[in-house]
Amino acid sequence: MNKVWLIIQREFLNRVQKKSFLIATILVPLIFPAIIGGLGYLAFKESETAKAETVHVLDESKLFKFESNKKFNFVAVDLPLDQAKKVYNETKDLALLYIPAIDINKPDGIAIYTKENPSIEKVGDLEGNIAGQIHDLKLKEYNIDEAILKSLRPKVNLKQFNLTDTGEEKSSSSGLLYGLGFVLGILIYMFVLIYGIQIMQGVIDEKTSKIVEVIVSSVKPFQLMLGKILGIASVGLLQFTIWIILISVLSSVSMGYFSTKLPQQQAMEQVNKQLANDPEMKEAMGQQNGKITEFLSNASEIPFGKIAFVFVFYFLGGYLLYGALFAAVGSAVDSQQEAQQFQFPVTIPLLIGYMGLFLFILRDPHGPVSFWLSVIPFTSPVAMVGRIAFGVPAWELALSMALLIGGFLLTTWVAGRIYRVGILMTGTKVSYKVLAKWFMQKG
Amino acid sequence: MNALEARNVTKQYATHKALDSVSITIPEKTIYGLLGPNGAGKTTLIRIINQIITSEAGSIEIFGEPLQEKHVGIIGYLPEERGLYKKMKVGDQLMYLAQLKGLSRKDALARIKVWLEKFEIKDWWNKKVEDLSKGMAQKVQFISTVMHEPRLIILDEPFSGFDPVNAQLITEKILELKENGSTIIFSTHRMETVESLCDHIALINKSKKILEGPKKQVKAQYKTNTFVVEHKGAFTLPNHRYELVGQNVVEDNLISTTLKAQDGIKGNEVIRDLIDLTEVHSFQEKLPTMADIFISLVKGEGDEALKKHLLEV
Repeated sequence: MNKVWLIIQREFLNRVQKKSFLIATILVPLIFPAIIGGLGYLAFKESETAKAETVHVLDESKLFKFESNKKFNFVAVDLPLDQAKKVYNETKDLALLYIPAIDINKPDGIAIYTKENPSIEKVGDLEGNIAGQIHDLKLKEYNIDEAILKSLRPKVNLKQFNLTDTGEEKSSSSGLLYGLGFVLGILIYMFVLIYGIQIMQGVIDEKTSKIVEVIVSSVKPFQLMLGKILGIASVGLLQFTIWIILISVLSSVSMGYFSTKLPQQQAMEQVNKQLANDPEMKEAMGQQNGKITEFLSNASEIPFGKIAFVFVFYFLGGYLLYGALFAAVGSAVDSQQEAQQFQFPVTIPLLIGYMGLFLFILRDPHGPVSFWLSVIPFTSPVAMVGRIAFGVPAWELALSMALLIGGFLLTTWVAGRIYRVGILMTGTKVSYKVLAKWFMQKG
Repeated sequence: MNALEARNVTKQYATHKALDSVSITIPEKTIYGLLGPNGAGKTTLIRIINQIITSEAGSIEIFGEPLQEKHVGIIGYLPEERGLYKKMKVGDQLMYLAQLKGLSRKDALARIKVWLEKFEIKDWWNKKVEDLSKGMAQKVQFISTVMHEPRLIILDEPFSGFDPVNAQLITEKILELKENGSTIIFSTHRMETVESLCDHIALINKSKKILEGPKKQVKAQYKTNTFVVEHKGAFTLPNHRYELVGQNVVEDNLISTTLKAQDGIKGNEVIRDLIDLTEVHSFQEKLPTMADIFISLVKGEGDEALKKHLLEV
């Protein structure tokens, strides 16, 4: 074991001391806050510069009332259409909205004139506005007053609860769980792939530089493979830890900086003061605040400790399982290019887990496909980590973990048998048949 | 004591037998030449001794003990296909390899310093291997093979890639190691190396050992009682005792004659005979070179054919 430790040390130090490690470890966490900060900055700029756009309204029906708002500034025009068009053409305004004298039961012929093609969003807004008004007008025709009209549009927001076995109620939020499962699943997929390929490259380097024969005259090939896999795992864990720390520190710093500057925030505060007396607004505000606190309390009910443990377990398990296979691939070939034909089949199960994450697990975390994906060792690292936030029965988790341990012991054994022969074979045309032969070969 | 004794070692691959019941005995403190054409099985045997691969049958004893994992520390191996970690510094690399051989950090450091000094390359410690020339890297590789003072050193084609000056340097170090009590196995097909360095040889061909023994003895076994005489003045050989193999003029009237004496006639007798016939300038028994023996044996000729071949060269 002492020799495996030496190999782990070399693999670790050799990688950590490289400039590329330093760059990747520092740059990647900078990218996330940079994106968040950049978006925040853009949102800030846009809200600052965005002005309501002017829409000329020529309403021959005299039925509609357009109130200017944040997006549109409506200007009533009382001219014949031809002249209205001329007037509009001389301005830089967004559009001319023409409503002929219509019957509200048959609202045809409403038109919009613009200089440039307006965005779908803006046209949609105007259409919605007109449709809403027609809707109200019709209701009015049936003598329904405005108070009733208002009460006809209730705001509904389903409050979610999970009933536990003991009948206890726990509130939940599927949106939050979806996001968590999504992020964790992708992280596992990325880590296993990135570090797995690093193992493969390391093995190919040793083979092509011919150092491997010197090394295996001192240690067993299996020890060398194991040392390499564990050494790179420790690099991965270190890098991951640094990333988490840097990302969370930098993100909170950049978010904190921009959130104080965002106009919504300031506007909210002002609105709060102004409308403190308006009971209707108060109710709306209360609802808003309630949603935030509900989100926060939901977040605090997610067992983050358990999720973190499961994440690290499946990261290591998945990494070891695939790492051994990548090592075997590296040992069999003489170059990176040659590796591709074997690399692809190795990544297929990982890819299945990744796609299963979107197709099944996040949509239906407790369905049969989700169950199998999160139990079979080859797909379970991505699948189970994506599923864990939704709550997984203890026996399923235990089964999945046990199978994963069994799975990586199996792949390590298989890979070790191929590796010990492969690393000493150069210039062989390798096929699956050859790999099988190596696997069967004694000593 | 024998440094190594291999008995009936057999290695079977799926399609062919790499070693077919090979037995060799390597006496301690000798330089042992393991000869054979490419693909004969030399590397397989060396890998088995290094415990890189295992044999199907047979046994190996090293300094009187059955070969085990602990013995990797007393073997130093320089493979034919050699290399180092390109991105690693010379010092770190040697430290790593020495520790893999079982040295402690402290011992490794001390030994490496001694060896770097011996080769006058102390200032290379912080150089990356990729910045070294091929010859320089070979020196580092050689140090990595011998720095743990192994009792058994296995060198597979050690001189390939060395210029004559460095080859000479390495030869000196090898002889020095032998003086200090190490046993050295040379795997090579460079016959001049064998001729000048080896005490014992074994010849492996087509997975089988076909010849083994002290070099002198092997040569004596294949000697053909042939002599080369340089002399002034022609003479006629007594036909019943000698056979003329070749004759050519060296300069002016100095002639070189190669003759084969009948079995049982010793060198002294030949000289005695010649003195009466001509003016002898030099006299030498013609021994077969290792190259001659190697080539003719590998060509699969029998002893008779071999002797004929040896006569012709």
